Amino acid sequence: MFIQLVVSGIAIGAIYALVAIGFTLLWQASRTVNFAQGDFLTVSAVLMFILVCLGVPFIWALLITVVIAAVLLGFVVKKGIIQPLIDRSYTTIIVATIALSFLASNSVATFWSAQCRAFPQIFGMTPYRFGSIALSRQNVWTIIIAIGLILAINLFIQRTKPGKAMQAVAQNREAAKVLGINISRVTTMVFVMNAVIVVFAAMLIAPVFMVRFDMGAQLGLKAFYSAAIGGFNQIRGALLGGFLVGVIETFSSAYLSTEYREAFVLVVLIAVILIRKEGLLGTEER
Amino acid sequence: MANLTKKKRPVTRILHWTIFLAVIGCVPVIFGGNAYHMYVATLIGIYIITSMGLNLTLGYTGQISLGHAAFMGLGAYTVALMTLNGYSFWLALPLGVLITFVAGLVLGLPSLRVKHHYLALVTLGFGTVIYLLFSNEYEITGGFSGLPGIPRPSFFGLDLSSDIAFYFLVAAFLVLLTGIALWILNSRWGRAFKAIRENDMRAEMVGVSLLTYKLLAFAIGAAYAGIAGGLLAPLMKFVDPTSFPVHESFWFLIMLIIGGSGRFEGPFVGAIVVMLLPQFLRGTQQLYFVIFAAITLLLLIFWPGGLTGLLDVFFRRVLRRNPPQLTK
Amino acid sequence: MNNILEIVGLRKKFYQLEAVAGVDFEVREGEILGLIGPNGSGKTTLFDCITGIQRPTAGEVRFMGKRITRMKPNSIYQLGIGRTFQLVQLFPGMTVLDNMIMAIQESEGTVLSRLFQMDESKDEKKAIELLEFLNIIHLKDQISKNISYGQQKLLDMGMVLMSKPKLIMLDEPMAGVNATLGKEIAERLIELNRRGCSFLIIEHNMRVIMNLCHRIVVLDYGKKIAEGSPEEIQNDEQVLAAYFGG
Repeated sequence: MFIQLVVSGIAIGAIYALVAIGFTLLWQASRTVNFAQGDFLTVSAVLMFILVCLGVPFIWALLITVVIAAVLLGFVVKKGIIQPLIDRSYTTIIVATIALSFLASNSVATFWSAQCRAFPQIFGMTPYRFGSIALSRQNVWTIIIAIGLILAINLFIQRTKPGKAMQAVAQNREAAKVLGINISRVTTMVFVMNAVIVVFAAMLIAPVFMVRFDMGAQLGLKAFYSAAIGGFNQIRGALLGGFLVGVIETFSSAYLSTEYREAFVLVVLIAVILIRKEGLLGTEER
Repeated sequence: MANLTKKKRPVTRILHWTIFLAVIGCVPVIFGGNAYHMYVATLIGIYIITSMGLNLTLGYTGQISLGHAAFMGLGAYTVALMTLNGYSFWLALPLGVLITFVAGLVLGLPSLRVKHHYLALVTLGFGTVIYLLFSNEYEITGGFSGLPGIPRPSFFGLDLSSDIAFYFLVAAFLVLLTGIALWILNSRWGRAFKAIRENDMRAEMVGVSLLTYKLLAFAIGAAYAGIAGGLLAPLMKFVDPTSFPVHESFWFLIMLIIGGSGRFEGPFVGAIVVMLLPQFLRGTQQLYFVIFAAITLLLLIFWPGGLTGLLDVFFRRVLRRNPPQLTK
Repeated sequence: MNNILEIVGLRKKFYQLEAVAGVDFEVREGEILGLIGPNGSGKTTLFDCITGIQRPTAGEVRFMGKRITRMKPNSIYQLGIGRTFQLVQLFPGMTVLDNMIMAIQESEGTVLSRLFQMDESKDEKKAIELLEFLNIIHLKDQISKNISYGQQKLLDMGMVLMSKPKLIMLDEPMAGVNATLGKEIAERLIELNRRGCSFLIIEHNMRVIMNLCHRIVVLDYGKKIAEGSPEEIQNDEQVLAAYFGG
């Protein structure tokens, strides 16, 4: 039982971590907080679901959704909403993403369906057995794929030229500009990257929760908590935060109270910001 | 005086107040016969109060709160629980205000020390937790069935339970709270709020204690929502968790932006437009969300002044009031 | 003679970069001290550490003998240190007069009393006096983002003066300013210094610095490399090397 809880917590934590990484990347590149992140998840899940229902084989549904998301949630959102507002106050962009979140979730409800549907179990239903312990396939594969993605993201940022440009912008915008880095282009790239990450996260979460117009909102909130707890300006902060939140949530739900597990995470968040306002692994910002 | 709500000559100010009071008075004259219309009018009044509170927090001080529905819920449930247990409305409402004000302080204290989005995050979480509290604590709050049969108050023996009388009660609160808001914004507090919104680093460099003023703006804004909620309970005669879902807070945000955030008349115009427009059109709730969210986005990008900003420009161009003075 | 400001062993690190790497100096009461050095030598970061915008990684700042390291910016302001910025920092949507009153209102009374303080005539009078001293009185009801850059710089200075600070820190007061305005600013500074105000000035305009300052401190790569009178600095080998290389 305990092992299963741990695996469960890590699995969900991995998904939170993925989405939180998207958050922190956006923050680092453009000082934007994307309140619509959860709804990006919803839109991606719904897109995949529709394609699968139309008979498209899953792997193609995934790829098509990645492309659509990259364009719509990455490129269009960045050029259409974020860019015009980048010089206004901090608050304005946040409010805009809040409005976007509202728009996205309710568009899904209005133009698709307000009801929940079951997403296909893409990893199969039979659990894996290790001796006397049974682990759900979903959890195991989620951990594998999520960690794989995280490693890929890390490699991209550390080793490739655009990745290093992202690092430069994150650490010192002015210096990056002087070095000739086109900040707007880097930001667009990060938005597209975030969209791709979100699609994969949606793929991992949709079989667990029902597909519904508000499925992403809770998730977005948890990912947000994760980034805040772990440290908004470091990827490893998002990682730590994600796994922490996943584990805390799973364990408090099992041992303390299922209904109020949200409250526990909130309490942890407030405690962390009281003690260390940058988050556990975050660094002071200029 | 700190003239944040536009330099007004006394004549203009009296004129605005007269119009305001006249409109309030006319509503029951025109719609008095129709219970549904009176209900909507009273509801609009309540939502204006909430939006005014949000305007103080967000519009004037630049802090994003997504918890105003939760604060309304706190106020509503406080009044509901107390009046259902025999206590006077006039005891319950101040208690509700106190509770929401303190809740605002408690939430704000950790969140306002750090970046802007933390308050949004914490208030969002708070909204979720409050909703859970209302739905799960069956013995106290009636769970999902809610609490029915909330009585309407009386005032020194004067029975206010009729639709028209209750409307006037809400209107009286609206007038009072408008006056208080004007006082606050025209005082040095108002100037400090605006300084924080415009350049918070410079504000700190001229001696402004950021935490103190942000907390004040947030807690007062929360208290306004608490009063609104406390008035909502006897209006609906019923409270339940679904009246205060998290996304309800977004509505107030939308009302404020459409009306004009940071402008005094913003909440008034916003609440009226957002509440009335659906009455004239047909469609599902969700479709309205979509339409209004889209309008909000467009306004943010192209026309941040909202409707009051539009009216402002209209008055300035067409009527040529207040041309910029350049004297040497 | 007393020291109005003492910097002891100040360090500030960002990620791996040490912007300020152990700086010691003092500003004597009544003097105008110039702070110069090539770009990136840590001058503005030093200012930020003194005024509380950044927390120093190590070291101490003492103002009139009192430790102010790690105090919040608003408390430091109320102790009597005023500061301007390289890029003018104002409240763009407020009028010039409102900007000025904003600079003083938090130094009087308590938070609660400010809610009821409706009579602002005293502060208005003070603001008008200062605006006259700076020759921008005719702009008092203009929205501050609509006035010219030079006028904004004067307003910035006016705001700093409202609270009668004992030490004024100026970050490149001459940047982007034409010769006439520059002369005006310099004249005002000298007059204020005569009235007892101490100054710490970051500046790149060498002529201004050499003419205005009593003493000069030179920074390079976050360290102090020279200190002395203008004549001494002009002839210092290390300083020349830092600026011109080789």
